[in-house]
Amino acid sequence: MLHLTLFLVFGAVCLAGAINLLVQRHPINSALSLVAVMAALAGEYLLLGAEFVGAVQVIVYAGAIMVLFVFVIMLLNAGEEERTRGSHIALLIGVPGMLTGSLLIAWVLLHHSGTEAVGIGALPGPPKALAQLLFHDFLLPFEVTSILILIAILGSVVLAAKPEPSQEKEN
Amino acid sequence: MDIKVFIVASLVKTALALVVLLTAVAYSVWLERKVVGHMQNRWGPTRVGPFGLLQPAADGVKFLFKEDLTPPHVYKPLYVAAPIIAVIFALTSIALIPVGNDVPIFGYKIPLQISDVNIGLLAVLGVTSLGVYGIALSGWASNSKYSLLGGLRASAQMISYEIALGLSLVGVMILSGSFSLREIVQAQSGSYLGFIPRWNIFPQLIGFFIYLMAAYAETNRIPFDLPEAETELVAGYHTEYSAMKFAMFFMAEYANMITVACLATLLFFGGWSGPIFGPTILQALLPVLWFCAKVFVFIFIYIWVRGTLPRFRYDQLMAFGWKFLLPLAIANLVITALLVALRA
Repeated sequence: MLHLTLFLVFGAVCLAGAINLLVQRHPINSALSLVAVMAALAGEYLLLGAEFVGAVQVIVYAGAIMVLFVFVIMLLNAGEEERTRGSHIALLIGVPGMLTGSLLIAWVLLHHSGTEAVGIGALPGPPKALAQLLFHDFLLPFEVTSILILIAILGSVVLAAKPEPSQEKEN
Repeated sequence: MDIKVFIVASLVKTALALVVLLTAVAYSVWLERKVVGHMQNRWGPTRVGPFGLLQPAADGVKFLFKEDLTPPHVYKPLYVAAPIIAVIFALTSIALIPVGNDVPIFGYKIPLQISDVNIGLLAVLGVTSLGVYGIALSGWASNSKYSLLGGLRASAQMISYEIALGLSLVGVMILSGSFSLREIVQAQSGSYLGFIPRWNIFPQLIGFFIYLMAAYAETNRIPFDLPEAETELVAGYHTEYSAMKFAMFFMAEYANMITVACLATLLFFGGWSGPIFGPTILQALLPVLWFCAKVFVFIFIYIWVRGTLPRFRYDQLMAFGWKFLLPLAIANLVITALLVALRA
């Protein structure tokens, strides 16, 4: 009972944060709403018994990545975004489309996939169990993912690097 | 344990920890003014009470009764929220710090820790990593160039040094095989050759050095106090704050210092381990005394460093973090992992 209440509370915070993110006009308020979403998600992970994932969620997403977001917004001194009234398509098609899509996914998950809801504490929570999964059972996907991330990092370095002075002259 | 006993014990422990922590915060400020005063051939506070011991109380009353100015040009919601965020996360992390073994009270075994989670170390890192929002947002919401520069410096500095800080702790985690602060302390019991305690400081000397440097930077202390460099930025991120809102930033800074000192004690200096003797009541209290003594030593070193070193230049700060501490931390981690793997 307590778990269900907490699950609903965290879920409500998460949803409210996500909606607030879209509604707010100032980038820094949106970024802070995203922090609230991340923190609420960490709470949900904790409820499922995945305490390591929950802690990493807070440290990496809420504590590092979102700080960088806020840092960039502060550095650029981004102002309030301007609203345009031109896009009625988004309102007329986008919102019903999103609702239908999420209802469809929920219905399929509940009735047709044959999976049951994850029970409380059913996920591999302790770091040792998680390490066993990551570095033993799923070692290949883990390493492939890390190489993909490495490629992305290299790509961003190449894209962000200033061209050599000699090339600038040619241009 | 009975659920009612658990709730009552938790409430009492929380209240006690809060009172002790806030008193410690107030008296670290007093200690700092006194020690730095003597290092600079001055007396420090002497007027209020014997040795100026009532000075923190006088300061607290002054902060409460001062006019709470809100400049007209600030972004009000975040301006008000920023000091609250800073102080909340600074005080939360103490809930995860164990200060001693289980103590028998009224027939129940009460652990001297508010919340014993098995990922304690990660949870402390997570809570402290959220504290940067208080400083960053105060800088931005103040809508003043000095505050903004201070906030920018703080967030850049804290992100940079958090990596070295985290990596320096991985060595300890490898040696103890656990994230639980209690288990990390228990892994350090016993001694080498019969008289040297098995503290992590000996195998992890480099790790401890990196932790200390990164922790000074994380808490914005000299020689890394660029975010509030008074010679160039007035007071940095809290330039526009007065009265209790300013005091909350101050409290957050000193509470963070105490958390860092507690973590250093737990991870590298065997926590509450030390010689235990005498009657039962003394045996229960001595570990707490050893813990507090070690924490006190770290606070004193903090103040000593403040009285000794000048401030870094900003490029020196960034170069030190990224080009020296980070590679050193990675090397320390690889060597520790290799040695542990070879011995296993």
